[in-house]
Amino acid sequence: MDMPLITFTDRGMHCAAADVYIDPWRPVQRAIITHAHSDHARPGMGSYLCHEHSAPLLRHRLGSGIAVEGIPYGERRVINGVTFSLHPAGHVIGSAQVRVEHRGEVWVASGDYKVENDGLTPPFEAVRCNTFITECTFGVPVYIWQPQAVIFEEINAWWRANASEGICTVLSAYSLGKAQRIMANVDTSIGPILTHGAVEGCNAAIREAGIELPETIPLTRETDPALIKGALVIAPGSAVDTPWANKLRPYSSGIASGWMQVRGWRRRSAVDRGFALSDHADWPGLNAAVRASGAERVITTHGYTDLFSRWLNEQGIASHTEKTAFKGEEVLAATDEESTA
Amino acid sequence: MQQFADLITRMDATNSTNEKVQALTDYFAVAPESDKVWTIALLSHRRPRRSLRTNELRTWAAQEAGVPDWLFEESYHIVGDLSEAISLIVPGNKQGNSGTLTEHIELVKALKGLSEEERRARVTGKWRELDRTGRFIFNKLITGGFRIGVSQKLMVRALSRHTGVPEDQLAHQLMGDWDPATIPFHDLVHVEESAAAASRPYPFCLAHALDMPPADLGDPADWMAEHKWDGIRGQLIVRGGELYLWTRGEELVTDKYPELHVLRDALPDGTVLDGELLPWRDDHPLPFQVLQTRIGRTSVSARALKEAPVVFVAYDLLEQDGADQRERPMQERRKALEAIVEQAKQNRLRLSPEVRFATWEDLAEERERSREMHSEGIMLKRRESVYRVGRKRGDWWKWKVDPLSIDGVLLYAQRGHGRRADLFTDFTFAVWKGEELVPFAKAYSGLTDEEMRKVDAYVKQHTKEKFGPVRSVTPMHVFEIGFEGIGRSPRHKSGVALRFPRILRWRTDKDIRDANTLEDLQELLHAHGQGAR
Ligand SMILES: [Zn+2]
Ligand SMILES: [Zn+2]
Repeated sequence: MDMPLITFTDRGMHCAAADVYIDPWRPVQRAIITHAHSDHARPGMGSYLCHEHSAPLLRHRLGSGIAVEGIPYGERRVINGVTFSLHPAGHVIGSAQVRVEHRGEVWVASGDYKVENDGLTPPFEAVRCNTFITECTFGVPVYIWQPQAVIFEEINAWWRANASEGICTVLSAYSLGKAQRIMANVDTSIGPILTHGAVEGCNAAIREAGIELPETIPLTRETDPALIKGALVIAPGSAVDTPWANKLRPYSSGIASGWMQVRGWRRRSAVDRGFALSDHADWPGLNAAVRASGAERVITTHGYTDLFSRWLNEQGIASHTEKTAFKGEEVLAATDEESTA
Repeated sequence: MQQFADLITRMDATNSTNEKVQALTDYFAVAPESDKVWTIALLSHRRPRRSLRTNELRTWAAQEAGVPDWLFEESYHIVGDLSEAISLIVPGNKQGNSGTLTEHIELVKALKGLSEEERRARVTGKWRELDRTGRFIFNKLITGGFRIGVSQKLMVRALSRHTGVPEDQLAHQLMGDWDPATIPFHDLVHVEESAAAASRPYPFCLAHALDMPPADLGDPADWMAEHKWDGIRGQLIVRGGELYLWTRGEELVTDKYPELHVLRDALPDGTVLDGELLPWRDDHPLPFQVLQTRIGRTSVSARALKEAPVVFVAYDLLEQDGADQRERPMQERRKALEAIVEQAKQNRLRLSPEVRFATWEDLAEERERSREMHSEGIMLKRRESVYRVGRKRGDWWKWKVDPLSIDGVLLYAQRGHGRRADLFTDFTFAVWKGEELVPFAKAYSGLTDEEMRKVDAYVKQHTKEKFGPVRSVTPMHVFEIGFEGIGRSPRHKSGVALRFPRILRWRTDKDIRDANTLEDLQELLHAHGQGAR
C-alpha cells in the first residue's frame, strides 16, 4: 500500500512526497501555514508559504526577519511533483484550507474554519477531495450558532445601554480575527471603538494587507476619559479585570466566544455578559463542510475529535482521529492569548 | 412567556443584586396576574411536581435533533444541565415566545395523565414552537428543578416595590401553604383570612454571628443566654385543632415527626412556638447525625422512633390565644412560654434552659462547655427585644464555639495521591455570592471511607469540565467545613483564606441553596480574622 499523502508526525502534518509540512509545531525547512493564530503559525521554520493577507500577520507575530511568501487563493504551486493551493476557510483574515494533489489523489487540510460569512473574511469555499482533515472544536450538536446578525444585535443593545448610562463597554476577544470581526459588524454610530495594544497590532498588519477596517483609537495612558465613557473597548481576555482595565472604570465587561453558548460558562465567567460568537464551524457547519468535500475519508483534529469521528463512521464516512498540537478555541476565552486561538 | 424569558435573560446577564431586583420589579409591572403568582411560587421553591421521566425527554430530544442516543448523552454531559442541553440541541432558530407562563405550567401539569404518544407530541411541539430561552424554561418546568438566580429575600423586595406592601408583611404572607394554581395574586399579597392562614408560620428571626467581644454588648443583665442547639430549627403551630410543624427551610414536616403529635392536645389552641427539633434520649440531646437519619424519610420506622426520638426544645412564643406576640419584649414572651411548657407537662416538649451568668467571663466559661452539652455555642438575646423578621443585627447573636465552620457547596474535585490515586479525594468548596458560587476552601480529610466512595461516584457521574487533573462538578452537595482560623487574602476569589480547613460532615440534609454566603464568611472574618479587632 502506498504511504498516505499526508502523515501525522511529531513535527506536524507532513507531505513526504514534497517534504512540506502544514502548520508544523516544531522547526522544519518548509512550512505551509493555514492562518496566523499562534497554535498554527509557530516560529523557527526555514520558510513560510501562506495566503497573501496572512503574510503581514505572520511577520507581525513571528518577526520581520522570517522568510515568508504570500500567494492568492487558488494559485497553484508545484513542489516535487505535488500540487498545492490555498482556498478560503472563512476563519480569520488570510485563513486558508490547503489543497494537496498528487497522482490524482486530493487531500484538503482545513486548518480552522467557519461556514458563516462574517462580512470581513472571504467566506469558506468547499473543496472536493478524497481525504478531508477537519478541525472539530465544536463538534457536538449543542453548538448551533445563532446567525451573527442576532448576536451583533445583542452586542449593540448592550453597548448602547452602557453608553446611555455613561459607562464603558469592554469586550474581550482574540486580538486576531474575532476583534476585527466585531469592529466590522457593530453599530459604530453608538460610540468610538478603542483598542488594546495587542488588538491594534493586528489591525495594523491587516490594514497593511490592504483590508479596510473601521476607525479604531488605540487606548493609551493619555486617552481622554470623556472618550472612554461611551466607548467600546476591544481587548484580549488576558487584559480584562487586570490593572490595565482600571482606568476604564466604571465598565461592563463581556466575552465573545463560542463557549458562551452554554449558560454555565456564561454565568461562571467573571464577566457580565457572554456572547456565543465563534470563528469556528458549529455542528451543522462541520457536517455541511464534510458533505460538501465529498471526502470518502475524514481525519479529525483538535476539538471533540472522538465524538465527531464516531458520528461520521455511523454516517458511513470512514473517519479517525489524529493527535496534533492545535488548541481550538480555548475554554477560558483567551485568558492566555499568545498560546491559544 | 416572553416576559418571563426576558426576565431570565436579564437575570443571567447581571451579577448585581440591585439590577436583579430591578429586573424582577419591572417584570411584575408587566406580567399577567397568574404569571406573577407562579413566578413567586417558583422563586419560593414551590415547583410544580415533575410530570414525566427525564428518560423520555432525552429520547425525544435525540430524535428531534437527529442524533443517536449516545451522542445526546455526551452532549448533555458537556452542557451539564438537561434542560439546557435539550434547548440547545433541538434545531430551530426562532426568536420570541408566545403564550403565558401559566399556560405552559398548565400544559406541563396536564402531561401526567396522557399516553406516551400524546406527551411526546405536546412536548416536542412546544420545543419547535419556542425559542432557545423558551425551550430552556419549558424544560425546567417539566423537570421541576428551577433555580432562577435570585433569593426569596430579593424576590420579596421586588414584590414589595411593586405592591407597596412592606417586606416583612409580605415575607409572612408568602409563608405556609398556598396553591399557586388557585390563589389570585391579590389574595396572595394582601392580608386576608384564608384557609391557608391556619397553617401559616411566621418568618423566623435569625441571629448574626457575634463579631465583637461580648463585653461590647454592654450590661450582662440586659441579655439572656441559652445554648445554641445543633438540631433543626422549627416552628410548632397549633391552630383550629390541628398541629403543623415547619422547618426554617419552609418545609411542612408534620408527618415526619409523629412523636410530636401529642402536643396538639397538650397545647392551647392558637399557640405558635419557635424552637429546635432535637433527637433526645435520657435527658440529653443526641448528636446531629442521629437526626440526619430521619430527614430524608417520609415515613418513620418504629426503629427510628426508638433510636432517634425527637423533642421540641422551645425557646420563643410567637402566638398565644391566636394573638401575635412578636411585638412583646422577649422576657415577657419567655415568661409566658415557661408557663405554657409547664402546663403542657409533656416530655416531648422542653424548654430551652436559660444559661445564667453574672459577668461576660462567666458566660465565656459556660461557652467552653458547649461541646459537652452537644450545643454549638451560646445564643444571646436582648431581653427587651421584639421578635424580628429575618436576620437583623443587634438583638440576637450566636456565639459559636470554635472550630469555626461554614457550609459550602462541592464545586471541584481532584484525584488523591498514593493509595487514593483512583479516588477523588481533594475537594474545593464554594459559598454563594448572590447567585454565583465562589470557591473559598480546599479540603480533603474528614469523610468516612463509605462517604468517600459515594462522593467519588458522584464526581465521576456529574463532571462538567476537566482542567488537567481537576474536574468541576454540577453543584449538588453541601459539606460543613471546619477550620482553625480565617484571614484576609486578596489572592483568593473569596477574599479570605482559611487555616487548616477540613470536612466536618456531609450535610445530606441541606440543599445547595442552604449553603452559607460570602457575607457569612466575611462576618466570620470580621469576628475572628487576624487583626480584626
Ligand atoms: Zn486551530
Ligand atoms: Zn485559529
